[in-house]
Amino acid sequence: MTAAVLQAPAQKRAPKRVLPGFWLTLGYTLFYLALIVLLPLSALIFKTFTLTLDQFWAAVASPRVVASYQLTFGASFIAALVNAVFGLLIAWVLVRYQFPGKKIIDALVDLPFALPTAVAGISLTALLAGNGWVGSLLEPHGIQLAFNRNGVVIALIFIGLPFVVRTVQPVLEDAEKELEEAATCLGATRWQTFRHVIFPTIAPALLTGFAMAFARGVGEYGSVIFIAGNMPMISEITPLIIISKLEQYDYAGATAVATVMLLASFVMLMVINSLQAWQRKRAGA
Amino acid sequence: MNFKQKTSLALAAIALTASNFAAAQTTLLNVSYDVAREFYKDVNTAFIANYKKTTGKDIKIDQSHAGSSAQARAVNDGLEADVVTMNTTTDVDFLASTGVVAKDWAKKFPSNAAPTSSTMLFLVRNGNPKGIKDWDDLIKPGVQVVVVNPKTGGNGRMAYLAAWGQVRKKGGTDAQAQDFVSKLYKNVPILAKGGRDATSVFLQRNIGDVLITFESEVVSVDKEFGAGKVDAIHPGISIVAENPVAVVERTVAKKGTAEQARAYLNFLYTDEGQEIAAKHAIRPSNPTILKKYASTFKPITLFRAEEFFGSFAEAQKVHFNDGGQFDKLYTVK
Repeated sequence: MTAAVLQAPAQKRAPKRVLPGFWLTLGYTLFYLALIVLLPLSALIFKTFTLTLDQFWAAVASPRVVASYQLTFGASFIAALVNAVFGLLIAWVLVRYQFPGKKIIDALVDLPFALPTAVAGISLTALLAGNGWVGSLLEPHGIQLAFNRNGVVIALIFIGLPFVVRTVQPVLEDAEKELEEAATCLGATRWQTFRHVIFPTIAPALLTGFAMAFARGVGEYGSVIFIAGNMPMISEITPLIIISKLEQYDYAGATAVATVMLLASFVMLMVINSLQAWQRKRAGA
Repeated sequence: MNFKQKTSLALAAIALTASNFAAAQTTLLNVSYDVAREFYKDVNTAFIANYKKTTGKDIKIDQSHAGSSAQARAVNDGLEADVVTMNTTTDVDFLASTGVVAKDWAKKFPSNAAPTSSTMLFLVRNGNPKGIKDWDDLIKPGVQVVVVNPKTGGNGRMAYLAAWGQVRKKGGTDAQAQDFVSKLYKNVPILAKGGRDATSVFLQRNIGDVLITFESEVVSVDKEFGAGKVDAIHPGISIVAENPVAVVERTVAKKGTAEQARAYLNFLYTDEGQEIAAKHAIRPSNPTILKKYASTFKPITLFRAEEFFGSFAEAQKVHFNDGGQFDKLYTVK
């Protein structure tokens, strides 16, 4: 109570800024974001207003569309989870160890960013299909990776990997090694050191990487379409539903589904962001 | 002269050269479907030579190819095509409904404004190990059929309508046709996104025993992958898939290219144009030339969509739109 009262006058005074032009830059930022991000998105929402509520509901809640949400969000979640674990591992190796060819491996991580996603999808399919290098080894054991839900997850793991590595890497680099050494000196086991010292530092970054990989997976089309098999109710992703609605010249239906995706992604990013804020606060305390 | 004047002068100069260039040579844009790329490349070369000979003027044709419906959407949204050449009537009907092409486009050129057509055939593995001869063999247990998703490709819609219509053509009822089609799609392991995607699934991934696709695709596959890897099977009955063409009135009115656009489409009906089509395994509408290439176009009983579905627009509504027959195949367990 007293602390709040004491802080109040300090908050009233505007903080002194080092550089001038705050309002100008803020104005520019808002204008640019509106132009590039908000304008197209609002067009999307306006287009759905051509539908009545019943039509909207019919477009976004038919069994096929619902099945596709489950696949899209489910597969993205699994893929982001896998990426969080193995991306962390890769980031760790890249930061903490020196080995020949490290620069090349470091560059390799970015490849999924740069590659046209369709190329990724086609090459993954070539690899994992029954007659591919990997597929031909697994198929006799009854493991089928291409043309089903497994394929979707694999494609999403591929395209989501750099997000986790690239967000965790700089934080790991900045982490103070002395803290770990101190923990060890005080008798902590390696696992304890990881849990209590390293993990709290990188957790927000890891969560951010997870969120970005997840969001990317939800929107992914090019790489998945070649490997999914695209069977209705089984392996149809939501972006494909949107495309197939457009193929029927159902612009409004397509944007309705797109709006649902947009809202779902937005809510999920909000949740993850607030989780992150909470995490940071806890780590700081 | 200050900077501003200099820039405007430079811009004027650029504009002048650009307009000079445009005046010297008319350019038409032909927006077309995916697998017609090679066909129109040959057509354009022949047409340019022909146009020079008859009018003494130079003309240039640009071509754009992608999925048929995607192309129609692009034209509707403002892509400045002078002519559209599609593989399903629905795509041109859509442009007519939005006023981009004439309402009576189908009457503007001979044979329903379709200079060429195609039909659906089967492609099987070399030697036809599963003994597939006709439609009924496709619903046998253990036969895997690769087709295009009717929701994402005109190729897939044609295959579906061919399967449905052949039951009717043999005297079956709609209920029997529905039964046949649902059995057929139970044998489908993968729904490909488009015609080329289906071909690559079948040939490069080695999936499925039979591929249902356009006749022109069957022949080009034979050429590309070497004879002997696959066999083409002609079923007893199949569907006529017309390739409609139309002048994009919106663009030609603006660019003043109506006459050239018409000349270009009319060229497709000339003997020369029809021969080029036949060489690409696209059925010419001229019966004499069709007969000349009888070895490519083996006789099969063909039916038109109007016979059993009313029209393509009607078929689209009943079968492929959301909640239609195709959706029922996959939602009713």
